[in-house]
Amino acid sequence: MSDKHELALTESDPIADPGLPAHLPRPTDVDESAEIRAERQVAALFGISTIFTLLFCVAYFTLDIGDNPTVFLGLGASNVALGVTLGLALLLIGIGAIQWARKLMADTEMVELRHPAGSSEEDKAESIAALNAGVEESGIGRRPLIRNSLLGAMAALGLPAIVALRDLGPLPGDKLFHTVWKKGMRVVQDVDGSPIKPEDMEIGQLVNGEPAVFFEEDANGEPIYHGVELQVEKAKGAVIIVRMQPDDIKPMKGRENWGVEGILCFSKICTHVGCPISLWEQQTHHLLCPCHQSTFDLADGGRVIFGPAARSLPQLPMAVDSEGYLVATSDFTEPVGPSFWERG
Amino acid sequence: MRFSSRLSHRISGRISAGRRSRIATPVVLLLALLLTGGVVSLLSPATAQSKAVDADMVAKGRALFLVGCASCHGKNAEGIPTVKGGQYGPTLIGVGAAAVDFQVGTGRMPMAQPGTQAERKAPVYDDAEIEALAAYVSSLGPGPDVPDLSNYTSKDASTEDIVRGGEFFRTNCTACHNFAGGGGALPRGRYAPALRGVSEKHIYEAMLTGPQQMPVFSDKVLTPEDKRQIISYLKKTETTPNYGGFTLGSLGPVSEGLFAWVLGIGGLTGAAVWIAAHTARSSRKKREA
Amino acid sequence: MTATANTNGTKAAKVKKPSKSGAAATWADDRLGLGGLAKKNLRKVFPDHWSFMLGEVALWSFVVLLLTGVFLTLWFRPSMVEVMYDGSYTQLRGIEMSEAYASTLNISFDVRAGLLMRQIHHWAASIFVAAMMVHLLRVYFTGAFRKPRELNWVIGSLLLLLGTLEGFTGYSLPDDLLSGTGIRAADGFMKSIPVIGTYASFFLFGGEFPGDSIIPRLYTIHVLLIPGILLALIAAHMLLLVYHKHTQWPGPGRTEKNVVGFPMLPVYAAKAGGFFFVVFGALALMGGLMAINPVWRYGPYNPAEVTAGSQPDWYMGWPDGALRIMPGIESSFWGVTIPWNVFLPIIVLPGLMFTILLMLPFIEAWITGDKREHHLLERPRNAPTRTAIMVALMTFYGLMWAAGGNDIIATELHLSINQITYFMRGAVFIGPVIAFLIARRWCISLQRHDNETLLHGYESGVIMRDALGGYTEKHLPLPLERAYTLTARDRDEQQLSLPGTDGNGVVKPGSRKDQVRAKLSDWWYRNNVQKPTRAELEEAHHHAELEHVHDAPLEGHAADGHQFDGRHDVHGEELRSH
Repeated sequence: MSDKHELALTESDPIADPGLPAHLPRPTDVDESAEIRAERQVAALFGISTIFTLLFCVAYFTLDIGDNPTVFLGLGASNVALGVTLGLALLLIGIGAIQWARKLMADTEMVELRHPAGSSEEDKAESIAALNAGVEESGIGRRPLIRNSLLGAMAALGLPAIVALRDLGPLPGDKLFHTVWKKGMRVVQDVDGSPIKPEDMEIGQLVNGEPAVFFEEDANGEPIYHGVELQVEKAKGAVIIVRMQPDDIKPMKGRENWGVEGILCFSKICTHVGCPISLWEQQTHHLLCPCHQSTFDLADGGRVIFGPAARSLPQLPMAVDSEGYLVATSDFTEPVGPSFWERG
Repeated sequence: MRFSSRLSHRISGRISAGRRSRIATPVVLLLALLLTGGVVSLLSPATAQSKAVDADMVAKGRALFLVGCASCHGKNAEGIPTVKGGQYGPTLIGVGAAAVDFQVGTGRMPMAQPGTQAERKAPVYDDAEIEALAAYVSSLGPGPDVPDLSNYTSKDASTEDIVRGGEFFRTNCTACHNFAGGGGALPRGRYAPALRGVSEKHIYEAMLTGPQQMPVFSDKVLTPEDKRQIISYLKKTETTPNYGGFTLGSLGPVSEGLFAWVLGIGGLTGAAVWIAAHTARSSRKKREA
Repeated sequence: MTATANTNGTKAAKVKKPSKSGAAATWADDRLGLGGLAKKNLRKVFPDHWSFMLGEVALWSFVVLLLTGVFLTLWFRPSMVEVMYDGSYTQLRGIEMSEAYASTLNISFDVRAGLLMRQIHHWAASIFVAAMMVHLLRVYFTGAFRKPRELNWVIGSLLLLLGTLEGFTGYSLPDDLLSGTGIRAADGFMKSIPVIGTYASFFLFGGEFPGDSIIPRLYTIHVLLIPGILLALIAAHMLLLVYHKHTQWPGPGRTEKNVVGFPMLPVYAAKAGGFFFVVFGALALMGGLMAINPVWRYGPYNPAEVTAGSQPDWYMGWPDGALRIMPGIESSFWGVTIPWNVFLPIIVLPGLMFTILLMLPFIEAWITGDKREHHLLERPRNAPTRTAIMVALMTFYGLMWAAGGNDIIATELHLSINQITYFMRGAVFIGPVIAFLIARRWCISLQRHDNETLLHGYESGVIMRDALGGYTEKHLPLPLERAYTLTARDRDEQQLSLPGTDGNGVVKPGSRKDQVRAKLSDWWYRNNVQKPTRAELEEAHHHAELEHVHDAPLEGHAADGHQFDGRHDVHGEELRSH
């Protein structure tokens, strides 16, 4: 902006700056009793704060937690008492300090001049000259060989930074394409691991299932899957088994014999971002994901009928084994869970 | 024995399927009636039998039914299909006494008006009337009976029971009813109701019969013992103190965020306004000391 | 104490002894040479306004986060090793769970004040991000981001981004069912990234989800990496604030060249220091009275379990909402898959929104061509387009946010999730446009109203009836200070001298870019109402005086009812009947 503009600005201003208004004193500035009252008020706030701090210590040692917690109005007494005493102790210090500033500290407004954010022209010129001198003396401009080889060396240092992170994890391989399900593996109820017979299930029944192998032990009596491995496999292998009126099920080509008497088994892992789903409406046969509300129709091959998911819920082909229990006849025929680049 | 129990279940499965289908035919009804006096009654517990034969009760229940229920469920509880092919009121043949006890005992039935979902409200019938209605409906076809106190009571639950019940609860129930039994949303305006304050018997019956959109958790898969543990866990959480203070509705991060904004940011902004506000001014001059 | 010289002494009395604090200051200065710095800054002036303290809320919550966070690290074990819980919370006793979750239960039930510290920490995190956002809105709506403060805007935006990430990593650490579901979703988000997605997921989780590395890795990020960067950025933010000096509202005696307010020592030391205690105290009360994240109710993470109402903390709510309303679109071709339904709303959209946020000051400066320094704030109404842009962004954010809570809205308000979702799909596009138009028109109306009161005075509430029976409301002139404050703003047309136009506003045969810029600049200022000129003001005042003359004969008598205007003794008066 030119000076001419600045001038025009002030001329066109409708009202001239009247300047800072006169300072008016507060009651505490002119009335000694008000001053004393404010002083006592602030001191009292600090004093009460100390009392609450002490009460905090008392509450800390007297109110029980753990096995037999002290209860107050149905609330955990320790937490409430500690929070309230600490909160009030802190608040009163804060309010006291602010009140002190508002009532008793000098309150005449001060004026400070600003300076432009940039440095002065001289400083700018000098610093640029210094920079140029430094660059010149280093010869970085005159010796491109040194400069370029240095830049190259520095750039190469980026490699170790990336390479050294390689061991963060294994490569995906085909892990996402397989689960523990295989031909003949029983479907068991989650938590207690009991196998399921078709006749145990009524129309409209939902069972949250797992592959039987999660509840099996090896020769030494150790669980075959435990800890991380169990979590990893559970995150892919969890299923839901539902029984519907066979007439209600829309037949799907190639899946004619995937169910048993209206009992179908689907992956529990949402094809959107992987939440486990079991909000099944027995009358509409709709399955809703509680995370992002994708809705699948289990009577129609797990097709998406609403929400952000793009893929049908993978179905696990089922049969009955010689003892009459429900078993899988193969692994899932497609990767379960959220889509990924290599999925194809 | 194995065969007969299997058979009875297959048949009862068919029948319970029929109750939801508008093609509930007299054949099924006949079959059901035959079975009442047949295989199933042999396998049923003695209490059920004694109730079923109480003809007075059945008659009283039928009278109540004709007045209060038949307009939707049909005079013979066969169900009334709508023009569109939906159900005005489903057939009650084979739903069993447990379903009646749950629906009427929680006030869901009779419905105040037709709608997507029957809401829980103060029951219209008293206990004796509910018993009579249940006796009538269970006389129509075999279905789950009202459970015994020993099935659902959480009184003598051990810590192990409660812990296991919690696992069952989180696996089977939280998806719809939320981690605290606070309820949750279902598609198209339907919802899973809150579980707080629901009686132990009614929770058991709901699992057993699968009311409305709720799936069935039959005794064969989720055993009465498992159900009792779930109920014990729920009742335990109701009496557990709220360790951290008021629960803000147990709705999770949404209500927490709301309180952080309204109380937290709102309150602290109020404090900022107070700090920056100008204090009272006096026109008096300071006296010279 | 009077400093009277002791006349009986042999030496001259010392009028002033150096105070103890003075001695300490001297000792320190002899070694550190801080005198120059302290001289300038101890009495540094800060202007007083409530909205200038919103950033302070964020700062003090951050301090509370550091304090309570350190407390929590003393007991928290960031490990995913499976252990059998045998602590005080009986409902989970005997269950296998990760050590992270078990130690969180331990902090909650077996460490006194542990639950309180956890809850304060969590509330403070919510407030920290929320306060940063309201501070950002204040800075934007008042134009405080303009030259020379653009870089501080960038730093602030980075703080918001990092604060959000810090919140998400912290939310995930207890390894409970809710946060585990969040990590599960995050795994899905990562896998949606084309080409590298699967690798990114496997590297972050140390293998297949959930693996046993994610909690320790998030812990390092949460307690070391991000807090370190946050601290450095906060320091830079504050240093720049001190260097630039705080902006101030225009008013009598307050100009672009000065800053009017109270000194750092003692007033701001007491007010800001006191505010720290107020913030800490409020957070402690919240932590004591309101339960937040009751992890024991959620149970340990189990990839086969989920709870209704699975939501992230509020600051992650809006991308989650985008995810919920996105239609299910996915492409598969040449043997690869791109899940647009995840990639667009959760990876691309937040990145885009953040870039827009970061660029706002530069976009505005480019459009307006304004290269001056600004230290006086603008009222939101005096920059209608700017205000409307942020209102549109807020509307977008708010709608996404609501979409993120669609299930809770559905159950609490008895609505259908499906209908809410369909509504939101349209509303996120239409809503911001409507909000923009309304906000801009609203600002312009307020500008008109300001000019109206300047020219014709404010509405006094006194109704006058003239001789012909007409009623008018008496307008009284604004007090001088108030009138000056209203006019202490720039005229917009002064900033229109773009490279695309010459001095007379004729478009040069310049580049296409310049023309676009000129058009945008025109759009930016179009319809804005400028403050009246001195001539207009004088004309209006002159007119008002004429009116006064016109009213003069009414004083005391004439038109009936005037005696009831509150300025006359009406004892014994009554209305004449016709």
